Amino acid sequence: MDISADLVINAIAAGLLLGGFYAAVTAGVSISFGMLDIVNIAHPAFIILGSYIAYIASVTFGVDPIIMSVLAMPLFYLLGVAVYQVYYVSFERRGQESLRGLAFFFGLLFVTEVTLILVFGVDYRYVEAIYIGPSIHIGLLDLPLRMLVPCLVSLAMFGTLELFVTRTFLGRAIKAVSQDQLALQLMAADPIRIKRIAFGISIATASVAGALLIVIQPVEPSVGREYIGRVFAICVLGGLGSMPGTLIAAFLLGVVESITATFYGPSWAPAVAFGFLLLTLAFRPSGILGR
Amino acid sequence: MSATKFSLILIVIGAALLLIAHEINVDYLFFASYTILQFVVLATAWNILGGYCGYVNFGSAAFFALGAYSSVFMYKFFPVPIPVLMLIGAVVSGIVGFGMGYLTLRLRGSFFAIATLALAVVLQTLIVNWDYVGGSRGAYIIHDENIEIGSFSVHYIEYLFALMLALALVALFTARTIERSQLGFGFATIRDDELAAEASGVPTLRLKLIATTLSGAFMGMAGAPFPYYIGYLQPSSAFALDYAVNSIAMPMIGGTTSWIGPLVGAVLLGSAQQYATVTISSAVNLLIVGLMLVAFVIIAPNGLVGLVQERLRARRKT
Amino acid sequence: MTALLHVDNISKRFGGFVALDGISLEVRPGERLGLIGPNGSGKSTLVNCICGTLQNESGSVQFDGKPLDGLAAHQRTHRGLARSFQLPRPFHSMSLADNLRIPLLYTVHARMGPLRSAGDLDSRCAELLQMVGLAKKAKQLPRDLTQVEMRKLELARAMAAEPKLLIADESMAGLSHSEIEDILALLKQLNERGITIILIEHIMSAVMSFSQRLAVLVSGKKIADGKPEDVVRNPEVVRAYLGQ
Repeated sequence: MDISADLVINAIAAGLLLGGFYAAVTAGVSISFGMLDIVNIAHPAFIILGSYIAYIASVTFGVDPIIMSVLAMPLFYLLGVAVYQVYYVSFERRGQESLRGLAFFFGLLFVTEVTLILVFGVDYRYVEAIYIGPSIHIGLLDLPLRMLVPCLVSLAMFGTLELFVTRTFLGRAIKAVSQDQLALQLMAADPIRIKRIAFGISIATASVAGALLIVIQPVEPSVGREYIGRVFAICVLGGLGSMPGTLIAAFLLGVVESITATFYGPSWAPAVAFGFLLLTLAFRPSGILGR
Repeated sequence: MSATKFSLILIVIGAALLLIAHEINVDYLFFASYTILQFVVLATAWNILGGYCGYVNFGSAAFFALGAYSSVFMYKFFPVPIPVLMLIGAVVSGIVGFGMGYLTLRLRGSFFAIATLALAVVLQTLIVNWDYVGGSRGAYIIHDENIEIGSFSVHYIEYLFALMLALALVALFTARTIERSQLGFGFATIRDDELAAEASGVPTLRLKLIATTLSGAFMGMAGAPFPYYIGYLQPSSAFALDYAVNSIAMPMIGGTTSWIGPLVGAVLLGSAQQYATVTISSAVNLLIVGLMLVAFVIIAPNGLVGLVQERLRARRKT
Repeated sequence: MTALLHVDNISKRFGGFVALDGISLEVRPGERLGLIGPNGSGKSTLVNCICGTLQNESGSVQFDGKPLDGLAAHQRTHRGLARSFQLPRPFHSMSLADNLRIPLLYTVHARMGPLRSAGDLDSRCAELLQMVGLAKKAKQLPRDLTQVEMRKLELARAMAAEPKLLIADESMAGLSHSEIEDILALLKQLNERGITIILIEHIMSAVMSFSQRLAVLVSGKKIADGKPEDVVRNPEVVRAYLGQ
């Protein structure tokens, strides 16, 4: 195997860009699983939904996918609120969230995927934008814009979320509800309302993540499944509820996946994320920066 | 009803079904029934860990595929009769189930569920890259049209049907026996409140490992004859998502607290899907399964069996 | 006399929050210890660490001369430690009698081998339910019980494990005066049979009449430990807890 510095540097750079994107994908689960303790394994399905909405907007109206996704965020927020309401009434209130809640989200994941197959078919869909195609060259580095732009947007969204959680009252209430519901109630804030808002926000992030995804790669309905493991691997590795930890884990996973794909072939890449996840769960379930 | 009486009833029913099927002697009947019986085993196996203990396994396909690929491996390495393959499948999947349980069952149920998802993908990736068993190109399993059993000569598919029928009966018997034993009692405490179970002296990790191993073993046994059933095995068929969904949907729709639930769910949903795949597309068919799962989980948490039980209890009170 | 339970400088944190800060405590065999303190002071966390439901980060716990560190909760129960949960945690899919059958099968049997027939098990369950006044509801499910009755079930389930040391965590909240007297009499009866008891309560009259010794926990620290009449006069205790 001829390992040139050029190849390694670009693999790492691609991995970092990929990792930045993964942060956007994981941001939502960081909230729903990390802070609200809801195992929403259907999150990737919402992301794919976001991809298809961006695709329709791009193909039908020529709107830039990323801009479309930001405009669609309120819609996704409402969707998230609705899903949480069903989840809360059916499961959380009855204390049966473990078995039935998981089955519920699994069913949602499945229904969403199959519905997309029925409506759009299994062909790959892709979008076109001015930043898909050209690359920036810096020395040995070859940075495709179609990866750089999503990475930057993702980091921006991630940073906004982190500021929201640490600086605003609502954000801190969300952080608090994950640790002590009783204390929150004593502060006269309604924990259920807080959780509903938080879950809505987590689904809203899926809108943006979906658009970023379809910029990076062509999308078809079953692509979501690859992301289930990635998303939870990053969340767990980063430490539940720790946004900085999630970011570090996202970059780490991106780099390892990129190097694996470059030197061992892309067919091994899915195993990387899931292997990471299994190892983390087995040996350090609290993650890098976990509580 | 004692265990002996129940097993006798099962044997009688099994023998009757075999004879009737043999008389009708339509190959399609054998193919369709095999699939339904396979789901009976998968649903029952899933329920041992999922319904009795409350630990959701999203990776049923992994254990099923392990059984299938053990058979492919043996076919190339050292062919043995299918019943032996089933035992091998049980051992392989049982060990993997035990190993994964050992690594992850000390954590919360939700972490275990995610780990099972991860396992399915890791195994699929490993197999896709393993050329000896065909990798992504797939593997062919060739067998004779008929098979000699003693003085009988039957169609191969009838033989497979008989094996799967026997396995289904064994699985049902095992599930019922567990349910009524101290082990099943312990499982129920894990489902109800694991912390309280530990505090009461229940060795929860040990019991969970037993459940995971048994569940995995039965799924592996169900997968072992699969390559012979379809003749050409690709990773995408062995690891197909509909195994994962059906293993969960069938017990949850049928009812998770008793051995009857998975049976009811598998027979109803399995037959409906067999019918649907012929009349409408398989994608719509899967969509309906998914919608039913979501609907039942919300509205009827104890499944069809639960609804019946509640009706009986209400009638007893009046 | 060597202590039955020896808690040595245990600490427990949840993220940045220190729940237990170097707690040391001793309980002698046959003793009746009362444990009081404001809500959130760490009483239940202490119980959880002693019983293995939570793992303490530092310090150690010794029971009956042997260390408990690293042992799972069920193993500690097998060794003779039993507790009721402050917020009742019944097995909700089983009848009350079956709830009691679990510790009988999994703890008592595990210790002594299966000595009991099914009939013996049934009568033992009935006996325990009778002791807490729930005999009539033996076949009902926990969801049909009142909060008060659920606490009694919790206590009965802990008793069913035939412990050497029983920790009763706020079993009396919400009970009427006569019901409190009944539970106290029951606990005293168990104590006379040799069972060491730690009583965690807010009801001061019950604590004072029951305890031979009293310990006070405030914000994760033990601020007093001695004779009940001395402890309640301790100005720090009065300030932190009683004066409220």
